Amino acid sequence: MLTLITFLPLVGAAVVLALPASEPRLVRLVATAATLPSLGLACRLVARFDPAGGFQFVDRVPWIPAFNIEYFVGVDGISVTMVLLTALLSTLCMVASWNVGEAVKGYAALFLLLETGMLGTFVALDFFLFFVFWELMLLPMYFLIGIWGGPRREYAAIKFFLYTLLGSVLILVAMLVLYVTPDPHSFDITRLGALVRDRLAPETQLLLWIALFVGFAIKIPVVPFHTWLPDAHVQAPTAISVILAGVLLKMGTYGLLRINFGILPEATWAPFAGATLSFWLLGALGALGIVYGAVCAMAQTDLKALVAYSSISHMGFVLLGLAALTPMALNGAVLQMFNHGTITAMLFLLVGVLYDRTQRRDIDGFGGIAAIMPRYAGVAGFAFFAAMGIPGLSAFISEVLVLLGAWPVYPGLTVVAAASVVLTAGYFLWALQRVYLGPPNPRWAGLRELDARELGMLLPLAAIVLTLGIVPTLVLDLQSPALLRLAEHVRAAAPADAAAAAPRDPARVAAGPLRAEREAP
Amino acid sequence: MSPADSLAFFLPELALATAILAVLLVDLVPAVRARGGREWPGTLALLGAAAALVLTAGLPVLRIRGLLEAAPVPLFGRMLVLDPFAVFFKLLLLLALLAAVWMALRSREVHGRPHEAEFHALLLGSGLGMLLMASAANLLMAYLALELVSLCAYALTGFLRHDRRGGEAALKYLLYGGVASGTMIYGMSLLFGLAGTMDYHGIGEALGALGPDAQGVLFVALLLVLVGFGYKIAAVPFHMWAPDAYTGAPLPVSALLAVGSKAAGFALLLRFFAFAVGADGPAASVAGIPLVPLVWGVSVATMTLGNLAALAQTNMKRLLAYSSVAHAGYALLAVVVFRDTGVRAVLLYLAIYYVMTLGAFWIVMMMRNATGREDLDAYRGLAWRGGGPVAALLAVFLFSLAGLPPLAGFIGKFYVFAAGVQAGLYGLVVAGVLNSVLSLAYYARVVRTMFLDRPGPDDRSLAFPTGDVLAAAALGVATVVLGVRFGWLVDRAEEARRVFAG
Repeated sequence: MLTLITFLPLVGAAVVLALPASEPRLVRLVATAATLPSLGLACRLVARFDPAGGFQFVDRVPWIPAFNIEYFVGVDGISVTMVLLTALLSTLCMVASWNVGEAVKGYAALFLLLETGMLGTFVALDFFLFFVFWELMLLPMYFLIGIWGGPRREYAAIKFFLYTLLGSVLILVAMLVLYVTPDPHSFDITRLGALVRDRLAPETQLLLWIALFVGFAIKIPVVPFHTWLPDAHVQAPTAISVILAGVLLKMGTYGLLRINFGILPEATWAPFAGATLSFWLLGALGALGIVYGAVCAMAQTDLKALVAYSSISHMGFVLLGLAALTPMALNGAVLQMFNHGTITAMLFLLVGVLYDRTQRRDIDGFGGIAAIMPRYAGVAGFAFFAAMGIPGLSAFISEVLVLLGAWPVYPGLTVVAAASVVLTAGYFLWALQRVYLGPPNPRWAGLRELDARELGMLLPLAAIVLTLGIVPTLVLDLQSPALLRLAEHVRAAAPADAAAAAPRDPARVAAGPLRAEREAP
Repeated sequence: MSPADSLAFFLPELALATAILAVLLVDLVPAVRARGGREWPGTLALLGAAAALVLTAGLPVLRIRGLLEAAPVPLFGRMLVLDPFAVFFKLLLLLALLAAVWMALRSREVHGRPHEAEFHALLLGSGLGMLLMASAANLLMAYLALELVSLCAYALTGFLRHDRRGGEAALKYLLYGGVASGTMIYGMSLLFGLAGTMDYHGIGEALGALGPDAQGVLFVALLLVLVGFGYKIAAVPFHMWAPDAYTGAPLPVSALLAVGSKAAGFALLLRFFAFAVGADGPAASVAGIPLVPLVWGVSVATMTLGNLAALAQTNMKRLLAYSSVAHAGYALLAVVVFRDTGVRAVLLYLAIYYVMTLGAFWIVMMMRNATGREDLDAYRGLAWRGGGPVAALLAVFLFSLAGLPPLAGFIGKFYVFAAGVQAGLYGLVVAGVLNSVLSLAYYARVVRTMFLDRPGPDDRSLAFPTGDVLAAAALGVATVVLGVRFGWLVDRAEEARRVFAG
C-alpha cells in the first residue's frame, strides 16, 4: 500500500507527459486526478493504522544485495500523519495550481515527481532509500521555483538548491560512516542504532549527530541556516510555497526524530558547555527561531514574506519540543508539525488568492478588503487567528503541549517562547488590520469574491484546523505510542547524572504524557 | 603459450587493425571515390569497432569453453594479459570508440570533410592503443600502447586544420604529451634498472626484495611514472593540455579523449600499481615509501582545481573538459583505496561516467550541428525554442555528473565515497562531497540557461534530427536506469576486481 501511495503520482507524471501540450485543461484535470488515489489510500492508511503497533504496512525487498541496500518502507505513528498531510496538501496544491498558465505539462509532471519524492522520504526505512527520495525532491523544486516563480526566481531557486544540497552532503557523509561501521553493513534505519552503538566512539557519534543536525536544520530551517527560506517562499508560485512550508520543512524535523534521535540517542545527551547537546543545539536554537522569526515577520512589508518568517517562528516550537524530550513536548512538537502544515497552507493560499487578483502583496497597498470580499476576509481572519494560536483552533493545542512539556526541563527557554506569542499576535493582528480592515481602498473595489475552486481548497483545511482544535486526540492517539517509545529509547541512552539531575525520571515520564494531553485543551 | 596461440585471444585487436587497413585502402580505390563514396570510411570503421566489441563480449564465451580459465591468460610472452579486468575495460573502451565513430558520422565537423578516411583510421588506431593499455603487463608494452594512443590523438586533435584553435590545441597537446612521456620513460628505465626486468610481476617481486638504500631511486622512479599516468588521465597538475585539446578537437575526438583515453589511463594505472608496485589498501607503501599521501594530494587538487576552473567557463566543451578533470579526481579518490573496494568503485565510476559524459558530448554535438556554436549563450532558453526534450536530456546528464540521486552519477560517487569512508579516508571524502556541491554550481548554470532564461529576440527556434534525439534519449534512459538498477554493473566490476585479490 505504501508503495502504491508513493509511486502513483510518478505514474501520473508519466501519463501527464504523454498528454498533448495544447490541452492545458486536460493536463490539469489528469494531474489533479493523479494526486487523488494517493490521498484516498493515505486516508485508508490512517484508518487502518494501529497506533499500538510499531512499523506497519511494511514492504521489504532487496534492492542492491551487494551493498545490503533494501527497498524498505513502512510507517509508524510519527510518519503516518506526515503521509496524510503530504497527500492532502499535494491534492489541494494541484487544485491551487490551476491558474498556472505557462508550460502546464512540465509543471504538472514536476509537481507529481515532487510528490513522490516527499511521500517516499516519509515512508522510507532504509537510509539509502531515504536519501534518494530526499534528494529526489530537490530537482523538481529547483525547476518549479526557477521557471514558474516570481521576478527573482532564478536567484531564489539556486540558493535553495545549493543550500539544501550542502545539507544533503553532510547527511550523505554521516550516512556512509554509519553504513560502514557495523559488520555486515546495513542501512536499516530501524536497526542501525543498535548496530552502531558499541562500535562508534562518543566523539564520532557526536560529530555524526552534528553533521546530520546541520543537514536537517537547513531544511527546517533553523536560524542561522534559514536565509534561503524567505527568498524561496516569496519567489515560488503559490502552490509551491504551500508545499515548501507545509511539507518540506517537516522533512527536516522528521529527519531529526527518525535519524538523530532514533539512531544516535547517546549523542543527543552529549555534554556541551555545561548542558546537553540537545539543549544547546535544539532548545536554544528553537527559542531563538521563535523570537527571531516573529521579529522579522513584524518588519515585513510583503504579506508572503510575513507568512514565510512566521514559519520560522512556528517551526521553532517544534524544535523546542524535540529538545525537551519529554513525551508531552514531543507530542506537541509532532502535532505542531501537522498543524503548521495545514495552517500555513491556508495562509499561503490566501495570499495567493489576493495576488492572483491584484498582482500585489505589499501589506500597505491594501486596506478594507473585508468590505469588498467579506467571505474571503472571513476565511483569512480564521486562518490568521489559527496561526496566532487562539484556543479552540489546532495550533493552540500543539504550542501549549510544547510549552508545558518543555517547562520542567528548560524553564528559561519556555518563558521566552511563551512570551513571543505576544509578538506573533502582534504581527498577525497588525497585518490583519492593515490589509482587511479600515476604509476600503477604492482601487480594489471590483475584486472578485472567492470562487468555488478556492473555497474548495480552503474549507477542508479550515475544517481540519477547527476539528483538531477541539479533538486533538484524533492525531495525538495516532502518534503518541510511537513517540513514547522514541522518548524512552532516547532517555535510556542518557548518562546517569543527566537522568538524575533533570526532572526526567522514568516514573514521571511514564505517567506524564496521556494525563497531560487531557489537561492541555 | 606460443605467439600463434595468443592470436586467438587477440581477435578484437586484429579486427580493429583490419578495419584500419580497410578504411585506408577503400579510400584509395578510384572507383569508390568517383562514385562519391563518402559513407564508406565511416561505415567500415563502425563495422570494425562493432566487430571488435562483439569479439570482446564473446571472450567470456571462450572461457566457458575452457580456453580462458579463471587465471589470467598471458599473451605474447606476458607482454599482455587477458583477464576479467582487461575485458571490462575493453568493453568500455570499445563502446567509447564505437560512440566516437558514430558521432563522427553524425558530426558536421568531420563528416563529408576531406581526409575523412584518415580521420577514421586514426580514431581506430587510438582505440587499438587503448585496448592494449587495458591489457599491458609489461613496461615496454605499456609505453608503446600509451604512445600509440597519444600519437593518434595528437593528429586527431589537429584535424580541423583551418581552425586556429585546432592547430594550437594539437601543438599544445603534442608538447605536453612529449614531455610527459619522456618523463615517464625515464622513470620506467629507473624501475628497470632497479628490478632488472620489465615484466610487472618480475618488478613486483624484485621491489619486494629491495633494501632501504634503494628507497630514494624508487621514489623518484614512481614519481616520474606517475607523471605519465597523471597526464593521460588529466590529473592536476598535468591537466593543462586537456581544456585546450578538448576545445580545439572535433567533438567526437573530445568525447573519445574524455571517456576512452581517460578510462584506459586508469586501467594502466590500476594494473601498474597493483602488480608492479604491489600497492594494497590505504596503508600501501613500497619499500617504506607511502604512496597514499601522494595520490591523496593529486586527488584533492584534481577535483578542486577542475571544479573551480569549470565555474568560469562559458564554452561548453571547455566546461565539460574541466568537469572531466574533476571527475578524474573523484575516481582517484577510490584509487587510493587500491585493491579492495576501491578498484570496484573506480570501475563502476568509469562505466557510469562513460554514459553521462558521452550523453553530454552528444548533445553538445547536436547543438553544434544545429547552430555552429559551442558557447553557453547558444543554449539560452533552449527549452522554449523547440529543444525541450534535448534540454531535459542535457539536464539529466549534467545533474547526473553533479551526482544527484536517483541518477547514475550518484551511484558512482556513492561507491567511491563509500570506499573512501571504509578505508578511513574521511578528509578525502569530505573534500569529495564538498566538491560535488561546488560542481553543481556550474552544471546548474547550464540548466538555468536552458530552462530559466527566456530566449532572446535573436535566438531562433531549433529542430533536431530525430535519430540524434533518440540516441541521446537512449543514453538518458541508461543514466536513469543505472541510478536505480545497477546490481549487474556492480557484479561485473566485482568480477573484474577479483583479479587483484590476493
